[in-house]
Amino acid sequence: MKPDMEGTSPRILVVLPAYQEERSIGTLVRSLRKRFPYDVLVVNDGSTDGTSDAAREAGAIVLDLPCNLGIGGAVQTAFLYARDHGCDAVVRIDGDGQHEIEDIPKVLEPILAGRADAVIGSRFLGETEYRGSIPRIFGIQHFRWLVNLFTGYRVTDPTSCFFAIDRRLIEFYSDHYPSDYPEVDAYILMHRLGARAIEVPVRMYDRTEGKSSITAFRAVYYMVKVTLSFLINRIRRIG
Amino acid sequence: MNRVTIFSICASAGFLLYILEMVRRRKLREEYSILWLFGSALILVLSVKQDWLVVLAHSVGIAYPPSFLFLVGILFILLILIHFSIAISKLHQMNKKMAQEIALMKEKAAGGTPGDPSSRP
Repeated sequence: MKPDMEGTSPRILVVLPAYQEERSIGTLVRSLRKRFPYDVLVVNDGSTDGTSDAAREAGAIVLDLPCNLGIGGAVQTAFLYARDHGCDAVVRIDGDGQHEIEDIPKVLEPILAGRADAVIGSRFLGETEYRGSIPRIFGIQHFRWLVNLFTGYRVTDPTSCFFAIDRRLIEFYSDHYPSDYPEVDAYILMHRLGARAIEVPVRMYDRTEGKSSITAFRAVYYMVKVTLSFLINRIRRIG
Repeated sequence: MNRVTIFSICASAGFLLYILEMVRRRKLREEYSILWLFGSALILVLSVKQDWLVVLAHSVGIAYPPSFLFLVGILFILLILIHFSIAISKLHQMNKKMAQEIALMKEKAAGGTPGDPSSRP
């Protein structure tokens, strides 16, 4: 992307998928709106609590999905919105306050400077406070190995859901975006598009409210499913 | 005709008629009825022409002809189940697209939000 397009500043959309996050989403949206001049889009993935109203009151654009699509489907809805509204870059962070919003400029800068097509915030680069559980670390190690073997991207945090992408990836993901742990699968898609993906260090906190969408029991299922989907995407016809 | 022959003819003919009736009443779409119709028709034919069943079974090396009938039945069930998995995947995809479209349209219908990027100069 060129840093200066016809003299206008690039349109940037900060995307937060949210499911049952009424207690933390408002605060997060407000601090984002206060800190950055960007639009904030909350995709309410079929929550039955007050997530939608809380986000709207805090000044976010809200997309209400009529049923729970899961993380991939929800984030893809945001890409569709970004595509239709001519956004130049999308930053996606979690709606539960685990990510440090002060790191947003770090994931955006390489895209705005035209140095990368996708920038992924890594919990494991540089100094980190993040301590995952043993099964989680094992899963992350597995995906690291998988991504590296099949794409050549050297990643430290393959499941990071704090990232920024440029216009071309927004358009591509609007049509093709995986369902579970889409971030791992996305590496194959980016690899096949020849996208330049880089990692930058970001901070990550333990959850303040709500529960993680991934329980230990489902972790193994997801690992198998994502591995399969990753390998299939390697041989699938795309574009 | 022995009893088992009469039973299997009645069962498969009854099944065939049931499927046809469901299609006629539009409770079953044609595309989903094809496999069921073929399956029940084949079982019916093999029940009536049992010597065909013996020839077919022996030609693939099955000594006990009724086993061949089971094999045919199981293969049809497998085929139908795969067909269903594919149909469900298709519906899943369509359902996702519709949910996304609804969410985008609802936002648009609400007049967008002040922060809407497209509403800026």
